[in-house]
Amino acid sequence: MPITADHLTYVYGGNKNLKTTAVDDISVTIDDGQFIGLIGHTGSGKTTFLQLLSGLIKPESGTVLIDGEDIFDKKFDLHSIRGKVGIVFQYPEHQLFEETVFKDVCYGPKNMGLEKEEIERRAKEALSLVGISEEVYTQSPFELSGGQKRRVAIAGVLSMNPKFMILDEPTAGLDPAGRKEILGLVEKLCREQKMTIILVSHSMDDVAEYADRILVINDGKLALDATPREVFNHKEELESYGLSLPQVTKAMVRLKESGIPVNTDAITVDEAISEILKVLKK
Amino acid sequence: MFKDVTLGQYYQADSVIHRLDPRVKLAGTFLYMISLFVFNNIFCYIVSAILLLAVIILCKIPIGYMLKGMRAVIFIMVFAVVFNVLFTEGEIIWKFWIFHVSLKGIKMAILMVIRLSLLIISASIMTLTTTPNRLTDGLEMMFRPLKIFKVPVHEFAMMMSIALRFIPILSEEADKIVKAQTARGAKFDSKKLTDRVKSLIPLIVPLFISAFRRAADLALAMEARGYHGGDGRTKFYPLTYAARDYISYTILLMYIGAIVFLGITFSKLAEVILLFFANTNFGNVLSWLF
Amino acid sequence: MSIIKAEEVTFEYVRRDENGNIEGKNRAIDKISLDVKEGDFISILGANGSGKSTFAKHLNSILLPTEGTVWIDGMDSKDDDKLFTIRQTAGMVFQNPDNQIIGQVVEEDVAFGPENMGIPTEQIRERVDEALKTLGMMEYAKKSPNRLSGGQKQRVSIAGVLAMHPKCIVLDEPTAMLDPAGRKEVIRALRALNEVEKITIILITHYMEETIYSDKIFVMNKGKIMMEGSPREIFTHVEELEEYKLEVPKITLLAHELRKKGADIPECILSDKELADALKKLV
Repeated sequence: MPITADHLTYVYGGNKNLKTTAVDDISVTIDDGQFIGLIGHTGSGKTTFLQLLSGLIKPESGTVLIDGEDIFDKKFDLHSIRGKVGIVFQYPEHQLFEETVFKDVCYGPKNMGLEKEEIERRAKEALSLVGISEEVYTQSPFELSGGQKRRVAIAGVLSMNPKFMILDEPTAGLDPAGRKEILGLVEKLCREQKMTIILVSHSMDDVAEYADRILVINDGKLALDATPREVFNHKEELESYGLSLPQVTKAMVRLKESGIPVNTDAITVDEAISEILKVLKK
Repeated sequence: MFKDVTLGQYYQADSVIHRLDPRVKLAGTFLYMISLFVFNNIFCYIVSAILLLAVIILCKIPIGYMLKGMRAVIFIMVFAVVFNVLFTEGEIIWKFWIFHVSLKGIKMAILMVIRLSLLIISASIMTLTTTPNRLTDGLEMMFRPLKIFKVPVHEFAMMMSIALRFIPILSEEADKIVKAQTARGAKFDSKKLTDRVKSLIPLIVPLFISAFRRAADLALAMEARGYHGGDGRTKFYPLTYAARDYISYTILLMYIGAIVFLGITFSKLAEVILLFFANTNFGNVLSWLF
Repeated sequence: MSIIKAEEVTFEYVRRDENGNIEGKNRAIDKISLDVKEGDFISILGANGSGKSTFAKHLNSILLPTEGTVWIDGMDSKDDDKLFTIRQTAGMVFQNPDNQIIGQVVEEDVAFGPENMGIPTEQIRERVDEALKTLGMMEYAKKSPNRLSGGQKQRVSIAGVLAMHPKCIVLDEPTAMLDPAGRKEVIRALRALNEVEKITIILITHYMEETIYSDKIFVMNKGKIMMEGSPREIFTHVEELEEYKLEVPKITLLAHELRKKGADIPECILSDKELADALKKLV
């Protein structure tokens, strides 16, 4: 199920003088099973872009095609994509509301009008995916730890069985162990559950490590669209967008500048190690 | 859906109206509103409108911005107009079923629109030109005498100012929750009332929890910055009257005097003016208006 | 001289059942002792739930220890008469920038602390301007805080504390909700405050990169202080830090792994430059 943005444009503010174009003529196709990293500084329009992709707001012009169908067509029932496209907002735990963890995770599938057994089966599956054990099911979601709350909130989206998961900075505010846990989960969803992932992150290190393809948004426009290695080759361009290189790549550039003949396209620690060792052996 | 809460938001500009003591603005707005209700005749409205126009020009806020804030009350105005036109007894000029349009009705409607517009514009100028903190400072000072009766004036003022600060934050949050729950299949825009009511719980519960969390955080932050109620507190902007404030009070008094005079002598004045324009078309229009 | 001194500080949260009977106790911090020299830049590192925020709240009498004593500039945190002096001496900045700004206008918010202290009006003006200038926020003095970026909001919060003329500022995860640009902005401001104004900074965080300039780092886990030392001493223990759910900066990790694979470089490398210098000798 590919998702296509077709000349997508979104404008804020009705008044002519106060208009700001948050998303400016973005066209892109995302294929099944890809892990997309979406980067852009705060206010670049990436959140608006995600909300358009998931049909939560309507574009000024252009459209989004899911499975070839125009989701903003008047005849199209937007509710039908609610199960297909899952979106996890920043601090998703702030949207928990049911008395128990299990009920909260059932909310999505219930809205889809599924049978009771199917709802419960999906909720259990989602909770086990995010690593929440059964004795937590009957607890109030508000009594959990920060990391647990977030995983329950993500399960609340997973239980709708989406083919497509959009995550807006799912690791914000978590400690390093919590960040790794959530990113590991997202990777599992992509590689094992074959979901298509769009991950928004401020951490270049994270997108460098996990994504197959990176979209860079600047000023509402799609500025770059390439593999991590290619994207992080554009140091000056990224800096002009208020973005930076992964720490490792930055270090490699520094090494090269000080006369050590390393290749600067390493983006993860492992790549950097083997590159440096290779040079040292010579 | 919650983004349109612009009514009453402070608009930054550097004008004499902005600099006026909030007590002047509070007293002025209050008396102005009363004056609009006590006398219901065209002379008073002309004087009121002139005063308001002067204030509008002085306060340097774009008219368009000011009118934008009025969109919310247009509905009420339209309702008042329709109601007045259709249901006022009097010399009937057009009739349909139980409705009848009379000249008197049209006149009432016109006066009503004028009155409501003046009312709303004057109130919104106060909030547009005064930061909520200054406004609460003003209220606090004006109601300070009530402390003798153990009314917690400072606490009320502080609560009000905090509430105002958090309205935009919470409305943005509500917007975000609505989107998140919509993505989970909630039907906020459903045509079925039951669906809509049901979808409110997933909005209201998180919103309340968030409000409580923010309140707890804020209380902690205030305590950490040494807040301990109104006792022994000094003011960054103490309210002291300047020359412009006394001038404003004088203008206000003159306005009240003019309105009272016009209100009382209205019928006599009308007679004199009508006599002057007698037998002209303009005179006819005037006599209808009076 | 020590500005903050904690001796065997323990804090227990009491859990109660529906009838108000004591159900159990959670020991959030467990016999913490530490000593902070005036003028130092201190970082306290710890994962979520390590007790670091609870400890921070002891440093200006928001929480009082169940056992042990905290001294702030020589004052016992339990001393009720000194409460406001303590809060003025050790100012506090919290995580969520939206939930600690009280004023509707930037300068009104910065004035909030001095107003509470009963500072005369003319002096409040001076303090507000001075604090805003120090934090580079003067041009936003008349703006609404809602229009600012996260990093700017935190700088306003810091200015609000600074206007109270504290000797020490405690920051409880001030960067956790910010983007990288905002984080840098805040850390830069803190370093300037420390270096120029000589204010003691106690930074609580779980971002290691932010602590490499500290004079001293304390690492907390499960309510206890597990490690204490300079950044170089702390970051040598890559595996131990991982055990406490933390991680070292990627550069340090890279150097650490290279060393393990036999590269002859110094033990703890904190910056790109250090790595380049060390490797240059080998090539």
